[in-house]
Amino acid sequence: MNKDKLVRIVDTTLRDGSHAVAHQFTGEQIMAIAGGLDEAGIEYIEVSHGDGLAGSSYNYGWASLSDEEMLKAAASVIRRAKLTVLLLPGIGTKEDLKLAIDCGAKAVRVATHVTEADIGEQHIGLAKEMGLEAFGFLMMCHMAPPEKVAEQAALFETYGADYIYIADSAGAMLPEDVKARVAAVVEKVKLPVGFHAHNNLTLATANCLAALEAGATFLDGACRGLGAGAGNVQTEALVGVLDKAGYQTGVDFYKIMDVAEDIVEPIMHRPQVVRNAPLMQGYAGVYSSFLLHTYRAAEKFGLDPRDILVELGRRRMVGGQEDMIIDVAYQLAQQRGGN
Amino acid sequence: MDKIKVAVIGPGNIGSDLMYKILRSRYLQMEMMAGIVESEGIKRARSLGVRTTTEGIKPVLEDESIKIVFDATGAKHHLQHAPLLKEAGKIAIDLTPAAVGPYVVPPVNLKNLYEAPNLNMVTCGGQATVPIVYAINQAAGARYAEIVAAIASKSAGPGTRQNIDEFTQTTAKALCTIGGAKKGKAIIILNPAEPPIIMTNTIYVEVENPDEKAIREAVAKMVKEVQSYVPGYRLRVPPILDGNKVTTIIEVEGAGDFLPKYSGNLDIITAAAVAVAEKLAARMLGKEAVA
Repeated sequence: MNKDKLVRIVDTTLRDGSHAVAHQFTGEQIMAIAGGLDEAGIEYIEVSHGDGLAGSSYNYGWASLSDEEMLKAAASVIRRAKLTVLLLPGIGTKEDLKLAIDCGAKAVRVATHVTEADIGEQHIGLAKEMGLEAFGFLMMCHMAPPEKVAEQAALFETYGADYIYIADSAGAMLPEDVKARVAAVVEKVKLPVGFHAHNNLTLATANCLAALEAGATFLDGACRGLGAGAGNVQTEALVGVLDKAGYQTGVDFYKIMDVAEDIVEPIMHRPQVVRNAPLMQGYAGVYSSFLLHTYRAAEKFGLDPRDILVELGRRRMVGGQEDMIIDVAYQLAQQRGGN
Repeated sequence: MDKIKVAVIGPGNIGSDLMYKILRSRYLQMEMMAGIVESEGIKRARSLGVRTTTEGIKPVLEDESIKIVFDATGAKHHLQHAPLLKEAGKIAIDLTPAAVGPYVVPPVNLKNLYEAPNLNMVTCGGQATVPIVYAINQAAGARYAEIVAAIASKSAGPGTRQNIDEFTQTTAKALCTIGGAKKGKAIIILNPAEPPIIMTNTIYVEVENPDEKAIREAVAKMVKEVQSYVPGYRLRVPPILDGNKVTTIIEVEGAGDFLPKYSGNLDIITAAAVAVAEKLAARMLGKEAVA
């Protein structure tokens, strides 16, 4: 039934994975990983600070390399794949995108909160004008009903996007939530649709399969799942699973496993497992990138990270609001300390 | 003459909120609301007894009694309006991103700009955060300032959304040129939560001299100064030091004049614009000592 159906893979080890190493990738690591991914047959290799171009900051963490250094390192070893960047309007600007294009970016994912696609119109426009492939990337899709997700996807379509992505940025969705949203978007827009999973509820792979069943044709992964929160789908596992399920990916299973085990695993700061805090992120619907910032705030203010995360979820904080972790921790500490 | 006559060009949400604030002013008289079509904003102004026109800027230019003009249209329009207003001898207070004149943040640099024919109100994020950066720079030296402004989605109009880069670039520039930081960065987040969030602003500053007491005092004093024209401006998290990094969080609740209270982002820019005009008017009236 799925035979010969192609699934296009975006590997985000060097972007979402940036969160898991506190944005400390070195040039050598980037070259080794990007070179390996390219050799394995990955079509899109995403390289950026975890929070996108110009993400290096107090709020999101300082990167060891500038955007330019990261992208040039990756571009120097990529022969077949498309070097892809992430841009969050409100953080990165059109100027940052132009710089990335000068460094060799061939595709951009313009990421907005699921209800705010219109802040990305100019960036999609610039990408198309400059000849890039442009993805409209809707984050935190668990926070909006399927019809809203579809409406926002349609906005990206009118701006000229080539593809739409549905991101479960908090790893909060169950397979039926994924199916409902993907199906609504597939029905509404004419563009290919992709899905970006997080494994906070241990459902990343199951959710990817659900997305395909509902009509998605693009999937994200990261080697060893390296990423924010409990991480992403493991690209190498995804390639094996999709092969068993009868899909084509064009990715060499052995080679992608080798990249994961020989190159990525040795540089990981910790095993990418579902510890209690990322589990709570999935449960409470909190942006996965908040994880390490929450651990630091919990330590500084003497709190349980889960309490901070629950409150952030209750306040319905969205991607990019890392500053509110301090706000919540400060207020919880004040309440507990009796001021 | 005990009040200075002013006009507002652009009867949208911002223009209407300006009108309500001007109607309460001790020193300003709301002389004219100018638009280009018969709109809700024009009707609203008329119903409050304000003179209106739908012929754009022309009747404003022709009325010699009008001394100060608020421009709440758009950057493109203000670029056309600015030279006309200057020629007509009127002071322009520009609420668009055109930035023809210098940036003004009332408690920081208005005192240096009394003679400027055109003043630009920066951005909402700039009005909310530059005073804090300035205060911290005075107390401890600011090597770098970074701000995160979070506003309710409902409170961000199409102008802001389609030109979101302008917000980050203009605000970052003002953190340096007015706030005094050597380097600046600005981030804006739109949050669609219901009920709408009130505007929050996180200000991170890398300081030269991490003197917590001096920083806390300077920030507390500055918050009081801003509160004199934006009553809903509050310190949410007082300066917290972590090495040389100072983190301060401010919230801004709107006055609810015309815009809803959660629109603190819009309130702070209209309130600052009116505060500027009041100060200029008080000087014209020879009442600067009490202004």
